[in-house]
Amino acid sequence: MLIRKSRFPVPPASEITPQAVYEQRREFLKLMAAGAAGASLAGWAGRRAHAQSGKLAKLTGARSAVPGAIAADKPTSYKDITTYNNFYEFGTDKEDPAERAHTLRTRPWTVAVEGEVRNPKRYDVEELLKLAPMEERIYRMRCVEGWSMVIPWVGYSLSELIRRLEPTGNAKFVEFTTLADPKQMPGLRSPVLSWPYFEALRLDEANHPLTLLAFGLYGEVLPNQNGAPLRLVVPWKYGFKSAKSLVKIRFTDKQPKTSWEHSAPHEYGFYSNVNPQVDHPRWSQATERRIGGGLFEAKIRTQMFNGYEKQVGQLYAGLDLKKFY
Amino acid sequence: MARWGKPAVFAASLLPFAWLLWASFNNALGANPAEYLTRSTGDWTLRFLCLTLAVTPVRVIGGLNWLLRYRRMLGLFTFFYGVLHLLCYAGFDMGFDLGEIVRDIPKRPFVLAGFTGLALMVPLAATSFNAAIRWLGAKRWQALHRLVYVVAVAALLHFFWMRGAKNNFAEPVVYLAILGSLLGYRVWRRIKVKS
Repeated sequence: MLIRKSRFPVPPASEITPQAVYEQRREFLKLMAAGAAGASLAGWAGRRAHAQSGKLAKLTGARSAVPGAIAADKPTSYKDITTYNNFYEFGTDKEDPAERAHTLRTRPWTVAVEGEVRNPKRYDVEELLKLAPMEERIYRMRCVEGWSMVIPWVGYSLSELIRRLEPTGNAKFVEFTTLADPKQMPGLRSPVLSWPYFEALRLDEANHPLTLLAFGLYGEVLPNQNGAPLRLVVPWKYGFKSAKSLVKIRFTDKQPKTSWEHSAPHEYGFYSNVNPQVDHPRWSQATERRIGGGLFEAKIRTQMFNGYEKQVGQLYAGLDLKKFY
Repeated sequence: MARWGKPAVFAASLLPFAWLLWASFNNALGANPAEYLTRSTGDWTLRFLCLTLAVTPVRVIGGLNWLLRYRRMLGLFTFFYGVLHLLCYAGFDMGFDLGEIVRDIPKRPFVLAGFTGLALMVPLAATSFNAAIRWLGAKRWQALHRLVYVVAVAALLHFFWMRGAKNNFAEPVVYLAILGSLLGYRVWRRIKVKS
């Protein structure tokens, strides 16, 4: 397979990581070496509090060891991550979710897991929180609209859950459904999409270690506007694939039609992998604006599979990415 | 009123520009300032277009003939915010890469519509001074300036197309209602005068 060398120069981590965070990492490594890791993890995460709102419950995770899980890019500020959102259930303006999502009730919360699995079950979110060890992962997030962020998520690989469900031989795809309650979500009144929001992955994509079931960001539980209490994060696909506030995960043998495929099939395909060579019909995908860079900062080049080609490229070997966009 | 009217309208029309300028240098435009500026200058272009086209109906219906004095200024501010809007697109989205812009305009119908609208405003702005009316003759000048109706249609098309993907037409519909009634009034009056 042809591996394209990225044209976007990747600077050394020491150059773009804020000095303070960099120092803390050194300190963290020393603590690890001292064998005090378990006890001090919480303290280490606590010291990063300068970037947080500090209003939500703590949810910390150990630094992920999954290849590619810790991006070298400078994380976007907590403020930008939590005030510039696409979550149409709360309105289509970027500020709407931060202003309106307080009506979302995240407890009690259950997730129905059904379809082609040997162990279908209705999980309580508390149970899911304890299912596997939490990890911190710093992922690039590229929106199909041409902007991007770098987000320190907290969660674990979706494969941890899938493994316990034991998919049957018929399971080829995994569907993800977002809550659709008009009492909690004022945006459902407008016919932007056919509700509930519905996304899907191929089973092998869902099982990839980078595919994350996220419960938190910046060391705290997810704010409502970012998809509380749990969401999907697929870093090599456009952001809309990462469905928020999940209430159902279903395994199926047929490739489902997602919400966006249903709404505009010529603009949004099933795969929706980040690809600078395949333009959106209404704009180029060659570059992106990194949020937080300020007004006069130039756009950066978008990377194939959002820079995760090394990790996920083999999933698409032989697939015509222009046809299966 | 006569003495202070024009400077007052001029200053008021510059307020949105002043606010955007201030906010740009004080980091007050949110997470995506480039997008904010592009959208905002587009909004203000539409608003000034509505104001410009409202002058005649309001003047006739309300018998407020002095309003005519502000029409040219409002029209020129429409052009001013339109040019800022184009500059935002060309600079923030396209990095002032002329080749890229030339390729982009026909590729995206909504950009083409917006660009057409602005291009049609150029001859209007260029012939907005009194001497131009004398050179062209009042009749020809007026015929030329009817292009503003085409500008309104292009602007609406631009906005509707842009929002097309999200089926989110709440805002474009408001502008359609305003511009539609302002243009509709002219058609209605034309028919009434003839019959």
